[in-house]
Amino acid sequence: MNLKQLPWWGAAFAVFALFPLVETNSFWTTIAIYSLIYMACATSWNMFSGYSGYVSLGTAIFYGCGAYTMALVSLHTNMPGGAEQFLLVPLGGLVAMVVAVPLGAVALRVRRHTFVVITIAFFFVFQLAAINANFTGGPAGLSLALIPWQGNQFNTPFYYVALAILVFAIVLSALVRRSRFGLQLLAIRDDEDRALGLGVKVKAVKLTGYVMSAFVVGMTGALYAMFLGQIYPQFAFDPVFDVTVALMAFLGGFGTLLGPLVGGLLLETSQQYLTSYYSNGSLYLILFGALFLIVVLFMPQGIVVKVKEMWMKRGLKDGENVSAASPLTVAGSAKS
Amino acid sequence: MNSSALIHAIIDGILTGSVYALMATGLTLVFGVMDIINLAQGILVILGAYLSYTLSVHFGVDLFVGLVFTVPTLFVVGIVIERLFVSRLKGPERTAMSILVTYAISLVIEGILNEVYSINQVQLHAWYIDRSFLIFGVYLPYIYLLGFILAAVLLGALYYMLYRTRFGASIRASLSDQTAAALVGIDTKRVATICFGIGVAVTAAGGMIFGATNAFNASSSYDLISRLLTIIVLGGMGSLAGALVAGILMVLVQDIVAVIWSPIWSSMTFFVVLVLVLSVRPQGLFGKQSSRVA
Repeated sequence: MNLKQLPWWGAAFAVFALFPLVETNSFWTTIAIYSLIYMACATSWNMFSGYSGYVSLGTAIFYGCGAYTMALVSLHTNMPGGAEQFLLVPLGGLVAMVVAVPLGAVALRVRRHTFVVITIAFFFVFQLAAINANFTGGPAGLSLALIPWQGNQFNTPFYYVALAILVFAIVLSALVRRSRFGLQLLAIRDDEDRALGLGVKVKAVKLTGYVMSAFVVGMTGALYAMFLGQIYPQFAFDPVFDVTVALMAFLGGFGTLLGPLVGGLLLETSQQYLTSYYSNGSLYLILFGALFLIVVLFMPQGIVVKVKEMWMKRGLKDGENVSAASPLTVAGSAKS
Repeated sequence: MNSSALIHAIIDGILTGSVYALMATGLTLVFGVMDIINLAQGILVILGAYLSYTLSVHFGVDLFVGLVFTVPTLFVVGIVIERLFVSRLKGPERTAMSILVTYAISLVIEGILNEVYSINQVQLHAWYIDRSFLIFGVYLPYIYLLGFILAAVLLGALYYMLYRTRFGASIRASLSDQTAAALVGIDTKRVATICFGIGVAVTAAGGMIFGATNAFNASSSYDLISRLLTIIVLGGMGSLAGALVAGILMVLVQDIVAVIWSPIWSSMTFFVVLVLVLSVRPQGLFGKQSSRVA
């Protein structure tokens, strides 16, 4: 994000801020809330995994921790359902960060490929724990206090809180990208041994990035639990969530700022729409999987990079090749 | 805690563990040769189980005889997946991309299986599944023993192929160094395709035994793939011996913990073992110390 692009970001923000005023149908605002949540998660996933190259498939751990923080704290303090509960959203993020420290300390000892698998293993530990532990209410889940808001009034506050989290995630991700710390993450992605040799404290940098990205995901998890009004282990710790978030970032553009936003918006909106349209779950799985395959195979660098490439090529004669966009040069050049 | 339950746990651990070792060997072979993590392995096991189910229910074919059909079928499925999708992945992020692609493939297969077989759980049936024999004072269905023998035979065949044939030598060469293997004239692309086929073909046998010993539906694949992945990480990714040892170790640890502590938490203990081992040996039990990873 550079200053020249600021008006565009401002315009996009205005569109998002005005959306619930124009569209008052709760069917659409619900889809919009989920889209904002996923866009925030994909952005913050990308802030660690996209920049450092360490693909994490355990994002749902933080989502679930945030969700259970919201549910347990509000239940144990007898908090009435309502705006007060929004105060617990940052707490959900903090709990997720605390959980991320030991996880990251163990998982980041290994290199990339193994890291992916370990994050999956951690995820299943948490899912099992949520199902089997007593304090989580087990498979029956927990119900939160009823929020006495009616109709579209119900969705609007959630929408703006989700939007605030998203803006926070974007600003954080952009600041990281421009900072010395962000460059260190990118150096790790390009060549970890060389980065180490050049004096980057790789362990500390990776762990910091991992813990930071947990914060936003934890907040969205807390918001999700509140929005849904109840929480089950299989919703809070959902393996599909892990992969969806990663897919959004890859779809839009791995390691770019705009990519996860575009990917999250496209994917979550269509996913929500398809699920409500096709009540047949298995048909939806086939469609989603096929779409997913097409995108990964034909646009491996992501939509944002692909569109940018086509835009740059537009004025050129045949044969002049603009940026043979390997993902590595993408990370360095895409300041969008 | 009684001793016969413990003996039962140990026997079951070794017998069932060998089946997991077989399925994990396919996965680790694919990773070792191609740097591809095949997340579809779990659903392919289920596909293998459903194929055996169809053959036995609709055509009355015995489960073990049916393997003559299902193993080649899944070999071809593997080849097709590799040619159509996996071989297109290139560049530094291909391992990460492979996870996404194979996950997408597994979603599609899951959807198709749900559509064809519905989400109701089924289990395979045959006389050797329902009848038991007495061993060391505990009763065990014959299928456990037969499954163990099948897994042992297939693993034996696989090891024979890898260590005693010319093609096996080229696979091992690709396992240790892709570039060097290509330089001495090995057709690494062909090796990769066939390895992927073999890696998937073992799921036909694994799936049949899994379906005979568990009730399953398409979503059982999530549990399976998480176990298989942890096995190959514990053993060391790309290590064949590691997959073998870790596969048996996983089921053994889990069964023993279920007896002496609690069956509820037993499925978690393996993950705990994994974390403990990795904090001492990040490369896994048999893994090579990863040198430069670009």
